[in-house]
Amino acid sequence: MANITLRVNGKAHTVDVEPSTPLLYVLRNDLDLSGPKFGCGLGQCGACTVLIKGEAVRSCIRPVSQVAGQEITTLEGLAQNGKLHPLQQAWIDEQVPQCGFCQNGQILTAKALLDKTPNPTDAQIREGMNGTLCRCMTYYRINAAIKRAATVMA
Amino acid sequence: MNRRDFVKSSGMLIVGISVGPPFMGGQLDAQNPGPYPDPDFLQLDSWIVIRADNTATFFVGKTDLGQGTGTAFRQIMSDELDIAFDKTSCVMGSTHNTVDQGGSGGSDALQTDGYPMRRVAAEARRVLLEMASKELGVPVTRLAVSDGVISVTEDNTTGVGSLSYGDLIGGKRFNVTLTGKNTDTTTGIAKLKPVQEMKNVGKSPQRHDIPGKVDGTVKWAVDMKAPGMVHARNVRPPVAGATLVSIDEASVKGIPGFVKVVSKGNYVAVVCEREENAIRAARQLKCEWKKPATAPFPTSENLFTYMRGATPSSTGKPIETGNVDAAFASAATVIEAEYDVPFQGHTSIGPAHAMADPSNDQMTIYTNDMKSYGMRNGVAEFLKMPRDRVRVIWMDGPQGYGRTAADDAGFEAAYIAKEIGRPVRVQWSRQEETAWDTKGPAYAFKMRGGLDAQGNVVALHYDACAADHNHLGYNEHETVLISQLMGTRKSPVSQGRASLPSDMYAIPNRRSTTRVVPLPMPFETPLRTGNLRDPDGPQVQFALESFIDELAVKAKADPVEFRLRMLQASRQDDSGFKRARSIACIKAAAEKFGWDSRPSPKSGGNPAGLSDGSAPGGGNPSGLPDIVTGRGMAYAFRSQTVVAQMCEVEVNRKTGRIWVKRIVVAHDCGLVINPEALIRVVEAGTLYGLSRALHEEVKFDAEKVTSVDWVTHPTLRHEDTPERIDVVIVNGDPNPNRPDLQHYGAGETMCKPTLAAVANAVFDATGVRMRRVPFVKANI
Repeated sequence: MANITLRVNGKAHTVDVEPSTPLLYVLRNDLDLSGPKFGCGLGQCGACTVLIKGEAVRSCIRPVSQVAGQEITTLEGLAQNGKLHPLQQAWIDEQVPQCGFCQNGQILTAKALLDKTPNPTDAQIREGMNGTLCRCMTYYRINAAIKRAATVMA
Repeated sequence: MNRRDFVKSSGMLIVGISVGPPFMGGQLDAQNPGPYPDPDFLQLDSWIVIRADNTATFFVGKTDLGQGTGTAFRQIMSDELDIAFDKTSCVMGSTHNTVDQGGSGGSDALQTDGYPMRRVAAEARRVLLEMASKELGVPVTRLAVSDGVISVTEDNTTGVGSLSYGDLIGGKRFNVTLTGKNTDTTTGIAKLKPVQEMKNVGKSPQRHDIPGKVDGTVKWAVDMKAPGMVHARNVRPPVAGATLVSIDEASVKGIPGFVKVVSKGNYVAVVCEREENAIRAARQLKCEWKKPATAPFPTSENLFTYMRGATPSSTGKPIETGNVDAAFASAATVIEAEYDVPFQGHTSIGPAHAMADPSNDQMTIYTNDMKSYGMRNGVAEFLKMPRDRVRVIWMDGPQGYGRTAADDAGFEAAYIAKEIGRPVRVQWSRQEETAWDTKGPAYAFKMRGGLDAQGNVVALHYDACAADHNHLGYNEHETVLISQLMGTRKSPVSQGRASLPSDMYAIPNRRSTTRVVPLPMPFETPLRTGNLRDPDGPQVQFALESFIDELAVKAKADPVEFRLRMLQASRQDDSGFKRARSIACIKAAAEKFGWDSRPSPKSGGNPAGLSDGSAPGGGNPSGLPDIVTGRGMAYAFRSQTVVAQMCEVEVNRKTGRIWVKRIVVAHDCGLVINPEALIRVVEAGTLYGLSRALHEEVKFDAEKVTSVDWVTHPTLRHEDTPERIDVVIVNGDPNPNRPDLQHYGAGETMCKPTLAAVANAVFDATGVRMRRVPFVKANI
């Protein structure tokens, strides 16, 4: 066990855990941040995605010791000053989710995509989002919501 | 909370807030020690609560799998009650709070349960009008309701005033007894409104569950925690049918926070204080297993050969109309074809999970179980607890479209919680879920069809063989996986079934033969079959609608015209006008698609094939581009809901990659409650059918399932997304404005025809017939 300080959504937290513990379990079980979801534990589906330095990161395979001190954003931290991020609003406007379990990863992966490619084409969305799986198959509406958010953010 | 407390406390909670929360999902409820009797379905108070602030909460014994049924219930019930939609909320699927309407299944929420929900809301309106009549001293006939406020009509004088529902009943009980044999027939004496008078029906209020899902505030079943809760992980047999010989508990004793190994029969779980340590313990625990003497199943490569040669465990009674043998004997052309559909997994995006709390000598299970009542009953029997000491609180969860009808994790959590006397959270791993979840049954089909000289279908023989013996996908205490692993054997075992396709074609001579074949090992098997979205529809409709396309090719007929001819060959229809609505859907889809009427394949007698030369009838691969395009259609119904799909595909002849560029879905489910929500359900469900067409197959060697993750059991991805999906809402009823237009289910029909629609489009593009699902190059 070791004391590790994490910076999540602008706040510092110190936890006493095994350094090899995947970040996901610390976020969910120690910090009560349940936006990121367990989907595979293998880095294959994206349900556990968080943002670290602007990159979409699979928290289920990222040891907590590797992200100490780095600014981590979870779904809960995406809204600013009580206002939803344009992507979240677009997700509501387009009524994207079916069950919604994967949408944490969809929204945060889209955030990382738009930060790099503010006005993506369909092909860029397909490529950028391809590793983030949805078993309800909401892909068509996700595409529409990303384009809607890109327009709002432009 | 029990119901009375709920009414009391929610009344208090709501004070000062004009609009209640639209959805009051499950929450940690450790205070209420029970017992938890079933709400009485014959009491109006069990269904509707109205508060002093003129807000209403509806108690619905269904679960919303993310398709918007909760929002739709609020729409139809607020219409019948005559209260503003945004003044309503609903509670769903928790056994102690909502009447047992069975949870979800068969897409029957609106189709079946929508009617009692409308009737109880209408009855509440009737009772409130009577109360107002007494209070105001005017007959009911002179009263009108708008948004929960009753006022006197034709009364221009002031002073009589008006009364809100909240004034009349706020916080008090109706104490009105209903009639009916069961929850489906529950009714008062009020009449339902004509659908034309339903203000919220046909509008598209946003789904109330979505905001919390995109801002991270909603608590899902996976998020539940209780004081003192521990984490459990299962340890599965390394090969199917293995017997546990011994456990070396010392192998995990050193893990920090290790609590216990729980084991009975071949069921093994480890329990730790922290989740990551439970995961480690499950990997580290040394168990000795004895392999079974004989192979539990054939390999997935040999599955269809095995199925075609196996002795059936049950055979359906043949169904025959006309004189099939004579018709084949005199047919101008007879063709035959085989089609194979493998086992496909539910493979939910989130593996099975549940949290069980045994405090106060009761058992509370927090779960996303779609059939929460079945789990309550099953767990009570499994743990030998009185039923009213067990309750199941339904919460949002990852969908598996039938997976949680057999909610293994809930039973496991309850068992472990009872064993150790602490709240327990069970979470399956991805590998465990993909290997051991319930499976949609594999099918092997043989089709035979005869055409007369004019190209009309005169005979059709549908023969289906399903590997569906011992269908165990339910919340039964004797068949959930933990129970099987502990040695329980249900007897007799379920026979399973091989299903018939859904069509309204008038084919004069028709025979259907069905049989079920067993795999060698019927219990403790990872090839346990369960109800995968429209349990057999995608399989059987793939065979039928592919073969109809083959017959159209043989008849040199346009596939749309060919089908319409068979639908219009008879004037007979059923009570729901399914034949008329089938015609309407196909015509609507063709119009939206811009269907080019011609026979398939596109290139006529010179099909493109794949560039490795796998084109039937030769072709001229070298002269053609790598990417070829084609269009195809298929149609299906489920219960009364009718769907026609048309799609345009691009096939890369070099790589074999199939991309469905565009899909049109014409959908008739009768009265549409929420069109925008429906469109999204249909879009996503159609892509789900596409995933099963293009990617999904459970693979196994002779001792274990080898599909264990998203690499070995692939799924549709963003890259497969069509450029465009058009959903056309059809009302093909011969009397489309009937005041009692029925509302039918819409959760499953759309994924039935997709496999054949894509297969037929691939044939149109290439001349290559898809006979084996999924349509990966190795199967073409």
